[in-house]
Amino acid sequence: MISVAGVVVFILLSPVIGGLIAGIDRKITAHMQGRVGPTILQPFYDVGKLFEKEMTVANDTQRFYVISYFIFMIFTGALFFAGGDILLVIFALTLAQIFLVLGAYSANSPYSHVGAERELIQIMAYEPMVILAAVGMYVVTKSFNVSAIASYNQPLVLFLPGIFAGFIYVLTIKLRKSPFDISTSHHAHQEIVKGVTTEFSGPTLGLIEITHWYETVFLLGFVYLFFAFNPLIGIVAVILVYLLELLIDNASARVKWQLVMKSSWMVAAIVGVVNLAILYYMGVG
Amino acid sequence: MQLLLFLILGPLITAFFMLLVRKEPERNWIVKLSALGIGVVTVILLLSLFDKGTLYYSFAAESTSLLMFFIEMAIAVFILYLGIKYKNYLVTGLILLQSGLMLYFELVYAHSVDVKYTLFIDQFSIIMALIIGIIGSLICVYALGYMKDFHAHHKELPDRRNIFFFIMFAFLSAMFGLVFSNNLLWVYFFWEITTLCSFLLIGYTKTEEATSNAFTALWMNLLGGVGFAIAILYLATQTGGIMGLEALLASGKALVLIPVVLIGFAGLTKAAQLPFSSWLVGAMVAPTPVSALLHSSTMVKAGVYILVRLAPIFQATFSGYILAFIGALTFLLASAIAISQSNAKRVLAYSTIANLGLIVACAGIGTYEAIWAAILLIIFHAISKSLLFLSVGTVEHQIESRDIEDMNGLIMRMPKVAAMMVIGIAGMFLAPFGMLISKWAAIQAFIDAPFGFIFVIILAFGSALTLFFWAKWMGRLIVVTLERENLETKIDSNIWIALVSLAGLTAITCFIFPVISAMLIEPFLLQTYGNVTRLSQDNIIIMVMMLFLIVLLPVSILLPQRKYRHLTPYMGGMTTNTDLSYNGAIGLKRDLKLSNYYIIPWFGEVKLQTLGIYLCTGLIGIMFVTAAYVGVIV
Repeated sequence: MISVAGVVVFILLSPVIGGLIAGIDRKITAHMQGRVGPTILQPFYDVGKLFEKEMTVANDTQRFYVISYFIFMIFTGALFFAGGDILLVIFALTLAQIFLVLGAYSANSPYSHVGAERELIQIMAYEPMVILAAVGMYVVTKSFNVSAIASYNQPLVLFLPGIFAGFIYVLTIKLRKSPFDISTSHHAHQEIVKGVTTEFSGPTLGLIEITHWYETVFLLGFVYLFFAFNPLIGIVAVILVYLLELLIDNASARVKWQLVMKSSWMVAAIVGVVNLAILYYMGVG
Repeated sequence: MQLLLFLILGPLITAFFMLLVRKEPERNWIVKLSALGIGVVTVILLLSLFDKGTLYYSFAAESTSLLMFFIEMAIAVFILYLGIKYKNYLVTGLILLQSGLMLYFELVYAHSVDVKYTLFIDQFSIIMALIIGIIGSLICVYALGYMKDFHAHHKELPDRRNIFFFIMFAFLSAMFGLVFSNNLLWVYFFWEITTLCSFLLIGYTKTEEATSNAFTALWMNLLGGVGFAIAILYLATQTGGIMGLEALLASGKALVLIPVVLIGFAGLTKAAQLPFSSWLVGAMVAPTPVSALLHSSTMVKAGVYILVRLAPIFQATFSGYILAFIGALTFLLASAIAISQSNAKRVLAYSTIANLGLIVACAGIGTYEAIWAAILLIIFHAISKSLLFLSVGTVEHQIESRDIEDMNGLIMRMPKVAAMMVIGIAGMFLAPFGMLISKWAAIQAFIDAPFGFIFVIILAFGSALTLFFWAKWMGRLIVVTLERENLETKIDSNIWIALVSLAGLTAITCFIFPVISAMLIEPFLLQTYGNVTRLSQDNIIIMVMMLFLIVLLPVSILLPQRKYRHLTPYMGGMTTNTDLSYNGAIGLKRDLKLSNYYIIPWFGEVKLQTLGIYLCTGLIGIMFVTAAYVGVIV
């Protein structure tokens, strides 16, 4: 069941792919805003520069949290691409995320503190939807294993249209895109400086950036599962979903955390109940 | 058989010793020795009986039952006296009703009821015995150190430690009796003893608040006791005197559904499910070892124990689903309320109620997968929760507060205790620790059950809520502040014994849970349901990998590493100082305090609890109606 090749490919290629996605992201964003934008290799230059900077810390424990965040994010993605249990993948993701939050808390700084609280609210907001997505996949394919879900021969998205839409909704949170980029943002500045990453600098910040690349690849892999019956359609769908997220990012302003939380839960509750109920009623479950 | 009797009578003998001994050194060694003895005997019990299946014993039933009846009546008179003395007419009425029912049963039906086996033991009983024997005794050891400090802090309260320890050990004895009894009358007897013990322990300080909360606990549990008594009377009159647990489980669902639902109702009160959650929250006024004991290894666990025992009857009945729904709602609402609490003990209380809700949900669904999850929940919850209570109690005595906000930067002031608290919290909600394994098992169990998707959805939302309140608490603890004064030096050695053992247990059970499952839970399920479940081998390997990672990563901190330049936090302006303060107008220095989110408008206690009380009371009504429908018509 566990595919070692998937693990190796993920660990080696994700930083490249994730970095490129980030570069393309910035290019397209720039065009949407009427700018030329940097080269698509810019994220690599940025991270490279971060690693050349002096290592400064707010306290000695910070690095531990960030390294744990990094390692468990890789673990999450590796488990996913190895075809492991999707619920365990989600739990590992939560664990990784909690380490980032703890790192922000430990700094004892007002901005990173608010960032940490908001990051937790984000986790609370998106987690039910992600679990329901996994549950929905199980109901259709009768397996929690990513490998089995990926080799299901019919388009999952047709069975799970509501859950797919709900997942796209919370994906905005996970990709740190407006209007849901409340805890930290790719955009230059926000009302809480850099939020959860305020107190990280130099190589530590570089590591967080790379971790985010890994996360992006993993999340797009999750999107791919909905279309896995046909690899070509799957890849096209992933690209379209990412473009949609970019459009939303550039077309909307950041909202308050209350709205993030309420709307995500509302979406999750409605699509979760309706979609799962229909599946049960149809006897798919 | 001897082991069983030792476990029931041993703590009782210790209890009477406690009553006699008034000198501290003597009490210390008696308690430690008994704790060790009880712990060792439960382990012997495990080693000698885990592969023996279910064993039944017919032990001197007649005489003991009679003795029990007299003790019951004595207790009733005692409670009646207290009820009248404190003018609590609810309690008075309930105890009159309850003992009236039992008296009627004893006079009219008792002679016609013949139970072949009074005691029994199977793998589930062994698990419960281990929880009571090991965690319960550790709490008693902890109490030695804690109660010493407690009376040093509260000079105004009379030192009644001999009575305190008497009740603690009597409580353990009653719990052992409860999980080993096959005769329902005996179960009922021990059930009532635990009610009385918890009442006395909650009211230990005899302050006005303690007394009033103790009476709340009493009336709620007496109400459950009334349910239990009616169930016994029903069994005696309607089913031809089925009074053994094994006979009850073997008989047809329709025949015994009504009494089982009544006992289930008693289980709900004892497990502090909505609408009865307030007694457990109120029980927080008691000294911390009491809370730890009530929450982890005794009392509430008695409630879920009986529900899990009766789960095969609940399975696939409408009443069972309603029961599960009460549990699931309690899980959701209690988790939400926990977010709004800043008092650490109240957070723990609501988290207990929530987790018990999950166990009740599993029991109500009653499939073998659900019961597997329920038993795992019982084990892991007992360990992590006792660790958390004991560390909160320890912290409280050092910093004079049990508010989570005051635990800011605890890692700097009390590094070891804070680390244990972090382990306990991680054990409650993070992969790859125990509670998360159980929640995972619960998701898998629910999804395969009829109507299961409703429960999965509730679980998905509820666990997101638990994540929020645990993580923000953890965040408070690990803040690195400038304080460097270590407050840990004054902590009593007995307290360390208990804390270190429990922290070790939290980690070890995660490593060995596949063994626990294979040795105890799976044989139990096979015997009860003819079917077993477990995590797949791959998943277990992955979990163990995660565990190793999580154990190794903190060690990396200890390795010698380069000293990096420290910078002060960014404060966004010139007018700031390095110690988290601002220079205000006219040269005033203004301190900055960071505090967690509590989101009271959404998760306020009163609002949600009221909602829960209405909903769950209604559901209990429906549960009774559906049971009556099945029982009477079919």
